[in-house]
Amino acid sequence: MTTPRSGSGNPGELVTIVLNGEVRSVGAGLTVAGLLRSLELHPGMVVVERNRAILPREALQATPVEEGDRIELVHFVGGG
Amino acid sequence: MTMESCPDLPFVIGGQTFTSRLIVGTGKYRTNDGMVAAIRASGAEMVTVAVRRVDLDRSHEEGILHHLDPEEFFLLPNTAGCYTAEDAVRYARLGRAAGLNDWVKLEVIGDERTLLPDTAATLEAATALVADGFRVMAYTNDDLVTALRLEEAGCVAVMPLASPIGSGLGVVNPYYIREIKRRLSVPVIVDAGVGTASDACITMEQGVDGVLMNTAIAAAADPVGMARAMRLAIQAGREAYLAGRMAAREIAVPSSPTSGMLDTESS
Repeated sequence: MTTPRSGSGNPGELVTIVLNGEVRSVGAGLTVAGLLRSLELHPGMVVVERNRAILPREALQATPVEEGDRIELVHFVGGG
Repeated sequence: MTMESCPDLPFVIGGQTFTSRLIVGTGKYRTNDGMVAAIRASGAEMVTVAVRRVDLDRSHEEGILHHLDPEEFFLLPNTAGCYTAEDAVRYARLGRAAGLNDWVKLEVIGDERTLLPDTAATLEAATALVADGFRVMAYTNDDLVTALRLEEAGCVAVMPLASPIGSGLGVVNPYYIREIKRRLSVPVIVDAGVGTASDACITMEQGVDGVLMNTAIAAAADPVGMARAMRLAIQAGREAYLAGRMAAREIAVPSSPTSGMLDTESS
């Protein structure tokens, strides 16, 4: 999947990340908030873990998606 | 006139009062609408949820918050599926970051076949999570010593199993459950193994504070009907416990007077 770019970064440049265990290419300069937007995920409905650290919701806008990032997007599902 | 005889104590866990002694899970339901209807029929206020990856292809159902309103239910994130203390702490923190509360149902599994808990890892994770400010409700074996250690570690509730998760075998060791309840100060909630309403009733008759179940309702032919039965069974078992049962004896004792009988033909 190629995600539309947003923010800074050279046009057409891509970075490779591991998103929920899958290798993906996204536009350079994308923020984590932009990544969620491109996936049509509401920031209030998911929790983001980036390189094993939980990213507070307030930090989503300011955090860039960088080459080699391991990002986990989790939410609540049914469970006992 | 009401027939109140033995007023119950409020059900308080970690400083918070709950309206129902039945806690239910949200897994394994055939439909989301059926799940919500069953939970409402159960009368449960506290409801467990799991933390999992978002399905980026959207081939599966969306998150459970689309179906369960945190204003209506107290959602308790669990660490189900974790096999190490480190993983359990990670999942608990992800659950807390969702922003609902700082509670967790801690579950660290030690064996795939029986899903029995790894009690050493559970204790390690409980200690770390309590230090991190969590209110921890710990799933554990029906082992008194582990239960005591979990209470000492600061858990707000200790939750011994009735029998293995999803087994529906009911309480296999009522004596151990009673002894855990007798010895702990924090609420004891029996978590896992209840199969049908009689199991729930018998569990509550042991004197425990509550029961947590999932599969017994979700896997019933009619989950809403079973949820209603469970609500009644939990209430019946609790009231029977409070009322104090008669002594059991292995000999008959007539219920009707033995005097005042008529002469029989032969005498």
